[in-house]
Amino acid sequence: MSDTALEAGASASGSRHTVDPGRPEHPSGDDRFALVDTHLRRVHDAQDQLIETLHVAQDVFGFLSDDVLLYVARALRLPPSMVYGVATFYHLFTFEPPGEHTCTVCTGTACFVKGADDIVADVATAHGVHVGDTSADGRLTLRTARCLGSCGLAPVVVLDGVVHGHQSPSGALALLDGELGGVR
Amino acid sequence: MSSYPWAAGYIDDGDRPKIVTSRFHLEDGYTLERYQATGGYDGLRRALAKSPAEVHDEVRGATILGRGGAGFPAGTKWGLMPADKYPRYLVVNGDESEPGTYKDRLLMERDPHQLIEGCLIAAYAAGLAQVFLYIRGEMPLAHERVGQALNEAYAAGYVGTNILGTDFSVDIVLHWGAGAYVVGEETALIESLEGKRGEPRLKPPFFPAAIGLYGQPTIVNNVETLSNLPWLLVNGMEAYTAIGTQTSPGTRMVAVSGHVNRPGVYEIVNGTTTFRDLLYGDEFCQGIRNGNELKAFVPGGGSAPWFTPEQLDLPFEGRLVGAAGSMLGSGAIMVMDHTTDIPAAALTLTHFYAAESCGQCTPCREGGTWLERVLSRIVDGNGTPADLDQLLEIGESICPGAFPHASSSALGLEATPFPYKMTTICFVGPSAYAPVHSALTLFRSEFEAKITRRNSIPVTAVHATPETAGAH
Repeated sequence: MSDTALEAGASASGSRHTVDPGRPEHPSGDDRFALVDTHLRRVHDAQDQLIETLHVAQDVFGFLSDDVLLYVARALRLPPSMVYGVATFYHLFTFEPPGEHTCTVCTGTACFVKGADDIVADVATAHGVHVGDTSADGRLTLRTARCLGSCGLAPVVVLDGVVHGHQSPSGALALLDGELGGVR
Repeated sequence: MSSYPWAAGYIDDGDRPKIVTSRFHLEDGYTLERYQATGGYDGLRRALAKSPAEVHDEVRGATILGRGGAGFPAGTKWGLMPADKYPRYLVVNGDESEPGTYKDRLLMERDPHQLIEGCLIAAYAAGLAQVFLYIRGEMPLAHERVGQALNEAYAAGYVGTNILGTDFSVDIVLHWGAGAYVVGEETALIESLEGKRGEPRLKPPFFPAAIGLYGQPTIVNNVETLSNLPWLLVNGMEAYTAIGTQTSPGTRMVAVSGHVNRPGVYEIVNGTTTFRDLLYGDEFCQGIRNGNELKAFVPGGGSAPWFTPEQLDLPFEGRLVGAAGSMLGSGAIMVMDHTTDIPAAALTLTHFYAAESCGQCTPCREGGTWLERVLSRIVDGNGTPADLDQLLEIGESICPGAFPHASSSALGLEATPFPYKMTTICFVGPSAYAPVHSALTLFRSEFEAKITRRNSIPVTAVHATPETAGAH
């Protein structure tokens, strides 16, 4: 990494003009790739920083598209197959844009014995969405998690990153109605 | 992100010795200011006043058993590194994802400085150049708090070069995992730190102490194990071994979940507290919900073979629990009362392990999946009588020979001691089989009930009776 590249990264932020001269400009001209570049410069394009880079890319884009994966692969000089392999290995990386709201129901063992399955079934029926999918109107993504490590609060529903413990099917539906404004 | 329910979980009442949870009752126990005001970093000062070998001897003498699952003494593990190979690394395993376990998360959220101090003491004693803190991706608050604590510690001169004016220097790097159960296995954790898929490495070498991160000697310790070190250095080896028994000294954190009146994380005395104390004691879980009857419990995380009420009087002592056919593992206890559908509970656990298989070893990848399929067929009411033997046969291909199970006078069973033989690199494969085997051995009649019920209904009636359609 040359000094000029580091200076370019430090002096301007957020603009695609900060992309290194040596680095291929992304054809889409999307400014968000510059944020990924800033991270890449910070870690000196080290190949063992792949997972961190994917975290940053997902933070910036919301999900990992094929374009983004290829971009990361090229920047780290890794085969795309390896980047894809790593990205799909870990659960936190997602490859489709999520809906407006995300509801995650924990189906770990502690939540299961307290009736998490009923919550999943009721939410799925009420909002017409399959587990792992986004509803047709793009408002709600329903996910299940295998264990969120909050077993003392079982059963647990996470709505837009906020954890709600000791849930029931009706309670979870009421929560969702509150968040989505009662829209089905 | 700070909406994570950190306040829920830990329960502290009763007069018990506290080693790792002494700051849990403080609202701001995670800040450097409060940590220093409550004796923080005194352990590090004491360690730096001694030679690394003296500190190592003290840790070895205290026999701190690893709290991550295997229960290997930390001091012994540090001694396994080749003498002349440098640099050496410390990897902190904060990828706690065993079903039912949530003790390390609390330690990282409520007292991150204690963990950092523990890392520094370990690095000093074992001559480690750099510390990698791997925190599970699903724990945003832990990541935030540990990150904040690290910044404070760097600014105050506890971490970095020439720590506290001595010539001891060490860096701590934070790594945020991305969600994979198998990464909790130490060699998979190392692979993940190197930016690869978290697939466990072939053994031998059995310990990454020989060849670990970037091919260098590496110590992998659990968060709770390291959190014990500051207290040990301040209070000394004798005070530590005075708590608990000779073979299992100190305390340990257990996470209880399921059908108890007061689920939560408790710090209990190692070796002397029994499961009965824990589940029925007034200062602990206060009995089973609604006065129900205890049917079975998992004594050490989802991969441990199950216990029945007959094993309630066993103490928290790794060897005794192992001889009785299970393990203490990560200290997660899941309680099932008599209303629990045992085959369905086993299916939930098996589903977890089958889905979390990394896919490297065929017995685990295929066997786990088939265990799940056959079991879900039974639970859905579509099983055949041959399915039960089929389950055992699949299990046999993952774990040849006798599989550990608890003794039962009612069933005339002798306990088969832990551990088992396995055909896979790591424990994920056998873990998929453990709940199936336990459930089948101890509650076979419940499986048979699901099968005969379907067969006893005449074919013409199946479509007519609504309750058979959803009978699971």
